[in-house]
Amino acid sequence: MSLFLDFSLLLMLIIIAFAIARTRDLFAAVMFSGIYGLLSASFFILSDAVDVAFTEAAVGAGIFPILMLVVLSFVGRYERSERRLKPVPLLIALGCGAVLFVAFQQMPAFGSPDGPSHQHVGPRYIEESPSEIGIPNMVTSVLASYRGFDTLGEVVVIFTAAIGVFALLLGATGWSGHYLPLKPSSMSSHKILRIVGKMLIPLILLFGLYVQFHGEYGPGGGFQAGVIFAAGIILYTMLFGMQRAQRVIPLQALRLLTALGVLIYGSVGIVSILSGGNFLDYSALLPDDIAGQHVGIILIELGVGITVAASMTLIFFAFTLASISAGESDK
Amino acid sequence: MILDYLNYWAVAMLMMIGLYITMTQGNLVKKLIGLNLFQTSVFIFYISVAKVSGGTAPIATELSDLYSNPLPHVLILTAIVVGISTLALALSLVAQIKAKYDSIEEDEIRQQDSE
Amino acid sequence: METLTYLLSQLLLLAGSFLIFSGALGLLRFPDFFTRVHAAGVTDTLAATFIILGLMLIAGWGLVQAKLIMIFLFLMITSPTACHALAKSALHGQLKPEDERPDQDSRAP
Repeated sequence: MSLFLDFSLLLMLIIIAFAIARTRDLFAAVMFSGIYGLLSASFFILSDAVDVAFTEAAVGAGIFPILMLVVLSFVGRYERSERRLKPVPLLIALGCGAVLFVAFQQMPAFGSPDGPSHQHVGPRYIEESPSEIGIPNMVTSVLASYRGFDTLGEVVVIFTAAIGVFALLLGATGWSGHYLPLKPSSMSSHKILRIVGKMLIPLILLFGLYVQFHGEYGPGGGFQAGVIFAAGIILYTMLFGMQRAQRVIPLQALRLLTALGVLIYGSVGIVSILSGGNFLDYSALLPDDIAGQHVGIILIELGVGITVAASMTLIFFAFTLASISAGESDK
Repeated sequence: MILDYLNYWAVAMLMMIGLYITMTQGNLVKKLIGLNLFQTSVFIFYISVAKVSGGTAPIATELSDLYSNPLPHVLILTAIVVGISTLALALSLVAQIKAKYDSIEEDEIRQQDSE
Repeated sequence: METLTYLLSQLLLLAGSFLIFSGALGLLRFPDFFTRVHAAGVTDTLAATFIILGLMLIAGWGLVQAKLIMIFLFLMITSPTACHALAKSALHGQLKPEDERPDQDSRAP
């Protein structure tokens, strides 16, 4: 039964991929990509990867279409290229596909428990994680404790992307840090959307906090919580206008918060060194090993959540401000 | 035998469609969408490798004794977030190219550069 | 009693699946944007209600059922709002319903 679901999900993914290749309307292509992300998230749930499904649904069907649509609003909706099938890239793609097709037959069968990826490190994490770290969610324990250094690199990547987008889009137009003048927003006639938004946005933010702190017992953690938080703020910005959103959440505060999360993460590592252990060795934080692990994991997940929420909001604000100023300079 | 490798062959097809879109379409935004397609197919590949048939999600409960491998899940979690970061940076580059060249079609940009 | 609950939940899930199928069929075959929004709205509200009710019956009393109730409430608030937003954006783009368009053939954009 699950094989039938597997097969139908993959078939739908392939059909959508063909549809993205054939359409010339970029808006339709972005919407198809959102559906593609949602179907991938369903596939991940079917393959027992619940944390990954959570993140892919939030990112691939949430943040990705929003960023793409903001860019499409000032780049243009239709692509102009012609509809010929180019032979040389097609041959390259078919050739690579044939090589992969043959090479995949050397892999262990799908779902077999004695493939090479299930030896050495994987079983050790599964067996030792409840006793060494003591939290039920093994993905969080691997992400935050066993492979904590990789997660530090990932947080720095998000931080760098936020700095890069900010510098590219807002530095060049001479943004000097002042607020946009408060003119009446064009969404003032959308009463129903505003009222429903006012009801739901606090609940969305609350759910983000729930996902953040419940990430050790179920699917969740810093990344998913940060993205949900940013989605709530983006909804508020879309409903009430950029001017109002800038007064609620100033750009200065976002820049501070993005850096604060990375600082918290690094500080936990430094405090571990100062307490006598290695870098990011949480057992050195408190006299009791397991309590030290818990405290360390909560602190770094907090740092990750703060940085991801602030970075995603900062990126969205940068794109919106750039498109507003591009629209103004056209007149 | 088909059922053993069905996932991997579907991943190969999705990868090649994404690669073809990235190579041939002239519009920069369409290229980025193709790149996203390629990335997500690689994620599907890793998660297919991690699955153990008869196992459950890697959250320790009393209901089951066999878990799927959590290590590829962690790798893909990082990869998804890094992917969206690079996409945001690429989109800001596209916005600046549009502001400077007034077009995001590759051949028009090349034409303006060679003048 | 238990078999009755099980049977009822299977019926509800089947009804929900049929409504989703009919919604998808309507999305493809209806002639006009506004009629298609109705088909999509049925999928969002009635089909989702049936499926969640069917799942609630077999979940039994507990945390899972409470979470399903909260999902159901959330869906009841956001699905009609989404349909409203779609129709409002069509109005903003000056899309007219089919019988008010001056002289076009029956294929809608």
